[in-house]
Amino acid sequence: MEVSMTVNGTSYTHDVEPRTLLVTHLRENLRLTGTHVGCDTSSCGACTIIVDGETVKSCTLLAVQCEGAEIKTIEGMAENGKLHPIQESFREKHGLQCGFCTPGMILSSWQLLERNPNPSEDEIRHSLEGNFCRCTGYQNIVTAVQDAATKV
Amino acid sequence: MGDLIGKSVKRVEDNRFIKGEGKYTDDFNMDNQTHAVYVRSPHAHANIKGVDTSKAEALDGVVKVFTGQDIADAGIVGSICGWQVDFKNGDTMKEPGHPIMVADKVRHVGDAVALVIAESKNIARDAAGLVEVNYEVLDAVVNPKEAAQDGAPLVHDDVPNNTIYDWELGNKEETDAAFEKAHHITELSYHNQKLVPNAIEPRAALGHFDSNEDKYTLYTTSQNPHLARLVIGAFVLSIPEHKLRVISPDVGGGFGSKIFVYNDECGVLWAAKQIGRPVKWTADRTEAFFTDCHGRDHVTDAKIALDKEGKIIGLRTKTYASLGAYLSNFSSCVPTYLHGTLMQGLYTTPAIHVDVTAVVTHTVPVDALRGAGRPEATYGIERLVETAAREIGMDPAEFRLKNFIPPFDGVKQPGYQTQVALQYDSGNYEGALKKALKNANYEKLKKDRDKARAEGKLLGIGFSTYIEACGIAPSAVVGSLGARVGLYDAASIRVHPTGKVTIYSGAHSHGQGHETTFSQIVADSFGIGMEDVNVVHGDTESVPFGMGTYGSRSLAVCGSAIMKSVDKVKEKGARIAAHKLECSPDDLEFANGSWTVKGTDKSVGFGDVALTAYVPHSYPENEEPGLDFASFYDPANFVFPFGAHICVVEVDKETGQVKIVRYVTVDDAGNIINPMIVDGQVHGGVAHGIGQALYEGAVYDDSGQLLNGSMLDYCMPRADNFPMFETDTTVTPCPHNPLGVKGIGEAGTIGSTPAVVNAVIDALSDYGVKDLQMPLTPQSVWAAMQS
Repeated sequence: MEVSMTVNGTSYTHDVEPRTLLVTHLRENLRLTGTHVGCDTSSCGACTIIVDGETVKSCTLLAVQCEGAEIKTIEGMAENGKLHPIQESFREKHGLQCGFCTPGMILSSWQLLERNPNPSEDEIRHSLEGNFCRCTGYQNIVTAVQDAATKV
Repeated sequence: MGDLIGKSVKRVEDNRFIKGEGKYTDDFNMDNQTHAVYVRSPHAHANIKGVDTSKAEALDGVVKVFTGQDIADAGIVGSICGWQVDFKNGDTMKEPGHPIMVADKVRHVGDAVALVIAESKNIARDAAGLVEVNYEVLDAVVNPKEAAQDGAPLVHDDVPNNTIYDWELGNKEETDAAFEKAHHITELSYHNQKLVPNAIEPRAALGHFDSNEDKYTLYTTSQNPHLARLVIGAFVLSIPEHKLRVISPDVGGGFGSKIFVYNDECGVLWAAKQIGRPVKWTADRTEAFFTDCHGRDHVTDAKIALDKEGKIIGLRTKTYASLGAYLSNFSSCVPTYLHGTLMQGLYTTPAIHVDVTAVVTHTVPVDALRGAGRPEATYGIERLVETAAREIGMDPAEFRLKNFIPPFDGVKQPGYQTQVALQYDSGNYEGALKKALKNANYEKLKKDRDKARAEGKLLGIGFSTYIEACGIAPSAVVGSLGARVGLYDAASIRVHPTGKVTIYSGAHSHGQGHETTFSQIVADSFGIGMEDVNVVHGDTESVPFGMGTYGSRSLAVCGSAIMKSVDKVKEKGARIAAHKLECSPDDLEFANGSWTVKGTDKSVGFGDVALTAYVPHSYPENEEPGLDFASFYDPANFVFPFGAHICVVEVDKETGQVKIVRYVTVDDAGNIINPMIVDGQVHGGVAHGIGQALYEGAVYDDSGQLLNGSMLDYCMPRADNFPMFETDTTVTPCPHNPLGVKGIGEAGTIGSTPAVVNAVIDALSDYGVKDLQMPLTPQSVWAAMQS
């Protein structure tokens, strides 16, 4: 099936198998490998991206469901060579170690701050419970989001 | 030294990760690549009566289907065990074979039976579903203690009582005597439950064989690419080292599970040669649950003996340790040399006896997982100590202070010789605990707890004071204990003609921040900037033969190799500088990036010397050009980080839900290069240990099915499970390595598990609850409160 979508400002049209997951399409066909796959049960959040302004786990959608969609992945967060403030904060506050969960964490944090520019610690922790990190104990991720909230 | 060491320098590796530009194994692709999917056993124990691959092979797009019989016909052995532990009677441990795929019998759910290779991953998956395997299902055994009993189903026909070895350490007679004269004895029985590592990046491999060069390349998720090359080349596939390149690019967490050389990756590389095309395999998460080596699974009975003053006079443990269905690379040393040797803890206990029976069971193989043996030991000791203190009515902190080994720096005072074969390097255990008590404001905390109790809230305080042996390891020592490899590390420093520097590191970074920490120590040593240094790791074609990253060893062992190379650069640099300054090297001192003639303002800079080394027109006689040195460092001893953790919990009376209210740590990892990174390691470690205490655990039924083999079913710690951890450090330098460093990667995990459980038991003291089995789920806590 043919599917067209705009990803990070570029239009793409591909012929895909109907069963192709959106995350597979992004990684294999578009070669946007910043979106990661950490599980097969939509539990880990490593594949979180933005579809039409809302974060989704891109393993929960088929590529063909995204006909005409406007998509942003981690590769599209920095604009004109300038990091997004959330990306800056993750670096400043040591909000990552191995980096594998980081793209999903950054995008989930983006969604939170869109909806709630001044979240409490509890609200941050609650809103990130769909993203697993095995390295950081989440502490510096929370700190990074708190820091980003002062900048976004 | 300059001013970078000791500073929280921001990580240089983050730039690529925050932009999604890290390159992990699954991000690589090759021309003409195929995709592989393993067919795995759904049964824990079954005879294979037949495998029919015809339907799978007939599917359009399938390239080839291999079976266990193909592996057997090719005469390939599987991965090996790298550590020999002998039985008490001197017999060598049992080492049942572990073929890449099995032909006759499956021994755990997930055992590989066939390998399907196709033009796409979807086709390979479809075809895997068409492989028909006829199984004759057999009885299984999953509990380590039951496995050792007469009549238990055998995992391997040639391993009687499923027993791989039995082993003991310490002095049995003295320990027996201590218990005979004891004033008080405390006993506990506990299961350090089986844990699933769950690094967020699943394991993956991309194998290629170049027939022109007769050479293999393997991209893989490894913590130690040279170890992978050694095992795959020399033992599994018989490939000469120079014909095998292993590349371990960015790796998304390891926690031990990516130390090991798995059969799956070997199979991919073997298949690539058979079909003459690159083969790519990436585990899905369910597969990771069934194939990544699990951790722990120790069933233990333990006792501690006290005299009438409350001094510990004896400790005894009996452990049944499961190694799973097959022996993974380091599985045999975890319950013994990484567990039994830690039973001294921080205490002056004069008589200790540790007894271990290691068994195979019909479960996923077990090997090192963050802490590896040391969490199991620490859990036992710290639960016993806290329980004993409560039983004799002494404050748990006071009890520890009374029993601690007194401070020693390993220089003026000698190292501490334990009853269980180790010599601790340096320690100030009371210093760590006293600081933790102060940071937690313990006196006020106790009042708060009592007040909360009076108001009907179940608040509890728990302690853990731990020690660990890391910086693994002195090769001769571990060799005498059965290790089949050396455990040194290696690093090269290449100073380029303009004075910029590349470090080639045997250690592999997969979250630890080596690219930053190693750059800090080298930049400081040469008086140059962080931006003038970069770190290369993970490619056997470029980095020296180092043993990789595990056991909190990177800085203590590879960092020391780096410092040896630094010294060599400085020594040669001084000779070149002396030639330029027309003096003797002895007249020079090196500081702030320049060699200066002592007492003068005559100096030459690091960059100048580097350029001269590569453009040696005016040059010392008999001096080789270049400024490029490799070094190997074999540690003189293990290093022994330690610390004190205090946990405060509140238990919900109605539901049994445990909430961690405060978590206070004081860790001592010796000198600290980057406090920010040390803090981050502690956070992650503590979270992992709390995971064991409260959430995690592989659940098997009697038939050997793993009932929670997905991230939906296996409870992983989440962001909202934790408060902000209150971390701090003390600094007791390691006396035997050049940086005075110890290690911090596993400390949090080792310290935290017993602190949490001790706190919950304290919270439930009014209910008479003396013990609980992990994980402390709401259900189990609630049930204990009702009984």
